[in-house]
This record gives sequence, structure tokens and C-alpha cells, in this order.
Amino acid sequence: MTDSEARPGRRRTLRGWGGVAGMAAACALTAAVTLLPLSHGDVLTHGAGQGVASALPVKDDTCEDPEASLTPSGADGPTIAAIKERGKLIVGVDQNSYRWGYRNPVGGGLEGFDIDLARAIADDIVGSPDAVIFRAIPTNQRIAALENGTVDIVVRTMTISCGRIKQVAFSTAYFQAGQQVLASKSSSITGYDKSLAGKRVCSAEGSTAYEALERDSFGATFKDEHDGQPADEDLYTVPNQLDCLVRLQQGLVDAIVTDNALAAGQAAQDPAVELKGDAPFTTEYYGVATKLGNDDLVRRVNQVLVEYRKGPWKKAYDKWLAADLPGITGPPQAKYRAG
Amino acid sequence: MTHPPNVRTAPQPAPAHAPVLPPAHVPGGPAGRGAWAEGRRRLRAAATTEPGRLQIIGAVLAALVVAFGAVTVLEVSSRATATDDVVTRSQPLTADAASIYRSLADADTAASSGFLAGAEEPRAVAERYDRDIALASRLLVKAATNAGSSSESGQQIAELNEALPRYTALIETARANNRLGRPLGGAYLRFANEQMSRDLLPAAQKLYDAETARLQQDDDDARFWPVLSTAAGVVAIGALLWAQRRNYRRTNRVFNHGLLVATAASTVLLLWLAVGHTVARAQLTDADRHGQQSLKVLGDARINSLKARANENLTVVARGAVLTDDGKSDKYETDYTAGMNRLGEQLHLAQRLADDSAGRDPVDAAVRAVSEWQERHKDVTRTDRAGDYDGVVRKVIGAKGSTGESFDKVDAALEKALAHEQREFTAAAKDARGALSGLPLGAAVLGVLGAAGAVLGINRRLSEYR
Repeated sequence: MTDSEARPGRRRTLRGWGGVAGMAAACALTAAVTLLPLSHGDVLTHGAGQGVASALPVKDDTCEDPEASLTPSGADGPTIAAIKERGKLIVGVDQNSYRWGYRNPVGGGLEGFDIDLARAIADDIVGSPDAVIFRAIPTNQRIAALENGTVDIVVRTMTISCGRIKQVAFSTAYFQAGQQVLASKSSSITGYDKSLAGKRVCSAEGSTAYEALERDSFGATFKDEHDGQPADEDLYTVPNQLDCLVRLQQGLVDAIVTDNALAAGQAAQDPAVELKGDAPFTTEYYGVATKLGNDDLVRRVNQVLVEYRKGPWKKAYDKWLAADLPGITGPPQAKYRAG
Repeated sequence: MTHPPNVRTAPQPAPAHAPVLPPAHVPGGPAGRGAWAEGRRRLRAAATTEPGRLQIIGAVLAALVVAFGAVTVLEVSSRATATDDVVTRSQPLTADAASIYRSLADADTAASSGFLAGAEEPRAVAERYDRDIALASRLLVKAATNAGSSSESGQQIAELNEALPRYTALIETARANNRLGRPLGGAYLRFANEQMSRDLLPAAQKLYDAETARLQQDDDDARFWPVLSTAAGVVAIGALLWAQRRNYRRTNRVFNHGLLVATAASTVLLLWLAVGHTVARAQLTDADRHGQQSLKVLGDARINSLKARANENLTVVARGAVLTDDGKSDKYETDYTAGMNRLGEQLHLAQRLADDSAGRDPVDAAVRAVSEWQERHKDVTRTDRAGDYDGVVRKVIGAKGSTGESFDKVDAALEKALAHEQREFTAAAKDARGALSGLPLGAAVLGVLGAAGAVLGINRRLSEYR
């Protein structure tokens, strides 16, 4: 599971004075929306106001280029010194994301695209790809595990978002993902489009996929009757994206909308399904997360990523993802911010 | 109801002495209404003479005593049947329904335990799962033969029979995916668990409730005081006393042996009825209070321990993949905590219900094992926070010092306590049945004896007029 929280789209158009004006407008709207219930006569304006508000960057987790990270550097700092002294890099990973980070029941080892990257970072810092302790952490513990020092870094299909960069520090993006439709190979569904009309579509509760369906579902059924209540059917909206594959296999739904990276993991577990459509209909980036303030470690990871992009990345992609997520030519470009 | 003719003819060795009476008791002969009117006329004529009156009194007394005996036979037989139903039918069926529920919950727990061990499920765990499913299927067939298809029980059994194969199919899919090393197996396991808690267990619960209601009905039937017999007894004894008083007034003779025997027989029967049924009621109350109530509480406790264990396992399988509705905590961990709290409450109640050390000791052992389990679980949570997955698995399903070991202790202690309470129940309910056992036959014999005494006593007086 990558994400259960909202990932608002980035808006690069709001810069300089435009941005300030936008924020001012947003504040005004927010105030208007908040105060409106006091004046009963303006119900219609109220609705319209909300519609505009949601289209503007009113949420405080909206920002510019969250994937821009610190410039790379191979220099040691206090965090790196501590890791070297310990002799092991402690990495928070997933163990249920097929092809990314999962525990192979045969042998019990962890493997996947994320695991390979974590080993490359350990190799660079401590000197051996095996000088690493993997800690399987649940989705909701990712940030807490960094904050309380349980792990040094988190490599766990973690999306860089404006909300999160206030809580943790991210490396440059190591993977570009996006929402995509997954369905049976024989299905008439062709992607996130009109072919979804009348179909039953599954998504994870509170996910970006669900939000996309709420904006436009093309006439598909995607809500449970009792969502968010104790009687929740967990049929079309489920706790975890992988639950969707169970429902698809059981014939309870016709299609799944999820992150294409995770969808690839699903397709790898069921040869009868495939990603539909040419490309994802949103853009998201995965980054390596560290504790906020451990700048030396962030720069070091970025340094590792500079090298990783040149060759090992492709090797890992070919090994874990190419079969089910074909057509990706290379890693996303690194973006850096000043300072 | 074959007694009255015998009673009426046997004590009349010389029917010639009572030529007036028989026609009055054979209405609707060939002559129809004319004969009935003729009978009434003769009866009225007979009532004017003392021998005629005595004949009528004798017949009425005999009829009353016989009626008392007959009503008692009928009523006590129905009470005895109800008591017998409690012992041999409804309580075992209730226990079976509880077993169905338990084996389903146990299968779910075993399935999740097996999953934690990796691709290769430990043999013992797989066997436990198989045994549970087999037991549930067998008991469902047994329950079906005792329940009509339209009854509440029948509907729940049908639902369980439909849902159980679906559940086992999901578990097999989960196992197959797990063996292939696919995380999808874990998702299937959670889906199966959801079916179990959403469809199967509620149906099993309703089946249990329906069987409990039937047990309660049989129990109420068995307890219902035999009002008709008591009333018949009081009327018969009252009539006998009145007849003897009349006899004493007319003849100045204190005792009439025949009537005395009839009174004694009726009194003995009435006392036997009262005491026997009171004892049976007391035993049934005892069976309910010391057996059935404890069985229910202990059964609930065992179910909650099983659910808590399954949730503990799923916490490790799901690894935070499923959160509570507020998105703040792990769903399975939250469910585990809630289950353990309920378990604690029920064990506390069971301790209060236990009435002897044989019943209390295993419950105390279960309480100790539960606190050990909770202590160990805290350690699991700490290990989990530290991200040591292998450590968590070891501490949850390991052979020594694991929460699994504590759970097994809880389960074994509760099984022992349940077996004890079941024995208590059966013993008390059988005593209740025993208290009523000789009564129907006794009522018949005493009824005949009493009627014979009444007729003989009256005939003795009649002979004085010859």
C-alpha cells in the first residue's frame, strides 16, 4: 500500500505575485465558505464557493515542486557518522508490495525494487549491500518510524507530497508513477475513459484513485452503500489496493484504479489482468524519506541516486517491473532546490 | 385412560345390588333421548333413598380419585418428557451449536496462524484447521436433522452450509498464493476472515440463539407447575373427607376402611406430586444456574479468546494494511484489544458463577494465562515497533514463550472448565428427570387403589341396607 492520504495535484502556474494573489483569493474564499453558514440566504453561493475552493490551492499541503530535493553530496555528517559507527543502515520497507518490497515466503527474505535501492544506499554508506537491517513497517507508521529514530530511511513506495515534506525530508524522485486502470485482459475496458460506463470499479479507501473517481467516474459504480460506517461492505472501496485484486478475481468488480507501480505488482500476481490505457492519468513521484533535518543523509542518498540512475536503476527495473510495467525508458530527472 | 371401566366394574362384585346406576351412565343407547331422560328420572328417584344416594356418592368419589390419578399421569408425563428433552435433546443441540461456532472461529484462527509460519504451513496447524472444518460440517448435518428447514435454526444451517464451502475455497486460494510467494495470499486470507466474521459467525450465533431459545422453552415446560393435577387432588381429597364426615354423622362410626385407604392413597399421591415436582424444579434451576449459565459465559469467553487470537495473527499478516475507520490505528490490533477486554469481563463473570473449586480452578488458570498473554503481547508490540518482523513472528507463533503458547493455555483451561460445567448441568438435569421418574406409574397405581378403596368403602355401607 502506498498511500491512503490525499495527494493534491501540483500547480506550477502559481508563481510570484500570481501565487500570492492566488493564496489571497484562497484565503478569502475559505473565510467566505467558513462564514457562509451564518448567512442562511446564500445556499447557492455556498455550493459554488466550495467548488471554486477545491479547485484553488487552499489546502496548506499544496506547494511547488515538492520533489525538488537538496543537492547531492558525498560528504559525511553526524547522521552518516552514526550509521557508519553502527555498521548497519536501518531501512523501513514494505513487505506486502509485490515487486517493490515483499517477503518471499519461500526463504523468508525481502526482495523487490525498493529493496535493491536500499541495498545500493547501504553499499555506498557502510560499504556492503548486506550491511542493512530491514524493518517491515506498516503504512501508517512510516513517518513515526523516522521521527522516533526506529529507522534511518524509508524506502517504501512513498509518494513525495506537499503535506509530507513538512514532516519528513525526501530524496530526489527515484520513480515516476501515476494512477491507471487495471482490468482483465479480455475486458472491454480500455482505460480511464468512457469504457468504464456501467462497470464496477474498485479503489482503496481515501486513495488518490478514489478521489479521481469521485471527480469523474465515467458512469462507473465505485462507492459502497455504507462507506465510512460500521456496515461498510468493503466491496468497491477497500482498505488496501491488493484487496481489489481479490474482488476482481472473485468476479465482484470489473476494474481496479490504483497507482500503476502497485498495479504492476498486482498484474505480476495474476497473468490474466493488465494495465489499461497508454499512460497513467496522474503524475506522482516516489522518494526515499529521512528524518527532517538529517540533511547530510538526504544529500548522500541523492548522491547515491545520481549514480543509481546511470545503470543499476535500469537493471532493477528490468528485473522487477519491466514485465508488468513496460514502456518506461528511465528514471525521472532529479530536481534540486537551492540551499 | 383404560382405568375408569376397570375401576367401576371391579369393586362391584354383585352388580345386582346396584341395578339403578348403570343405565344412567350409558346414555345414547338405541333408545336415544328417551333412554337419557329415563336415566335422569331413575337417578332422581334413587337420590330420594339413602342406598341410592350412597351409590351416587361412591360413583362420584371413585370418578374423582381416578380423574386425579389420570390427570397426574398425563401432566407429569409431559413434564418428564420436557425434562427428558432438556437432557437428551435441546441441551446437547445447544452445546452442538456452540461447538459449531467455536470450530468455525478456531478454523479461522488456525488458518491465520498457519499463514504466519511462511510458505509451508506447520502440519499441526493444518490438521487443526481440517479437524475444525470437519467437525463443523458434521455438527451441521446433525443439527439439520433436528431442525425443520423452515425454522430459524433450519435457515441458519442452510446459510452456514452455503457459506462454509465459499470460506474454505478462499482459504485454499490464500494458501496457494502464499505458496507461490504472492502477497495476494495475505489479501485472500483477510477476505476469508471478513467472510467468516460477516456471514458465518453471525449465522452460527443465530443458530446458537435459536437452540438456546428451544432449550429455554423445554426448561419452562418442565418447570410449569402441574396445576390441573394439584386441583384434581385437592378436590378428590376434599370430597373423600366430606363423605367420611357424612358417614360419621349418620352412623357415628369414625372409620370407614375403604374411604380411609382412598384418602391415604390420594394424599400420598398429592404429596408425591408436590415434592417430586418441587425437587425437579429445584434441580432444573440448579442445572440452569450452575450449568447452563456458566456454559454460556465460558463459551462466549472461548469465542472471544479465539477471535482475539485470530486478530493478533492478522495484525502480523496485514502489517498495517488495514486501518480503523478513523485511519489512526491498526484495525486488527484494535479488534484484538477489544476482544481481550471482553474475554477478561467474561472470565470475571465465570469466576463468580463457578460454585465449586473444580469449576473455579480452570477459570482461574484461564485468567492467569490471559494476563500472561497480554504481557507477552505488549512485548510483541514493542518488537513490532522496532521493525523486527522475525522476532514478532517468533513471539507470536513460537513454541516457547510466545503469545500462541499463552493462547493455548487459555483454550485448554476453558475447555476443562466447559467440560466440568457440562457435567454439572447433565447431572442436575438428570436428577430432575429422576425426581419425576416413578411418578406417572405411581399415580396410576394410587389412583386405582384410591378408587377401589372408595367403592369398597361405600359398598360396605350399602350392604348394611340389604
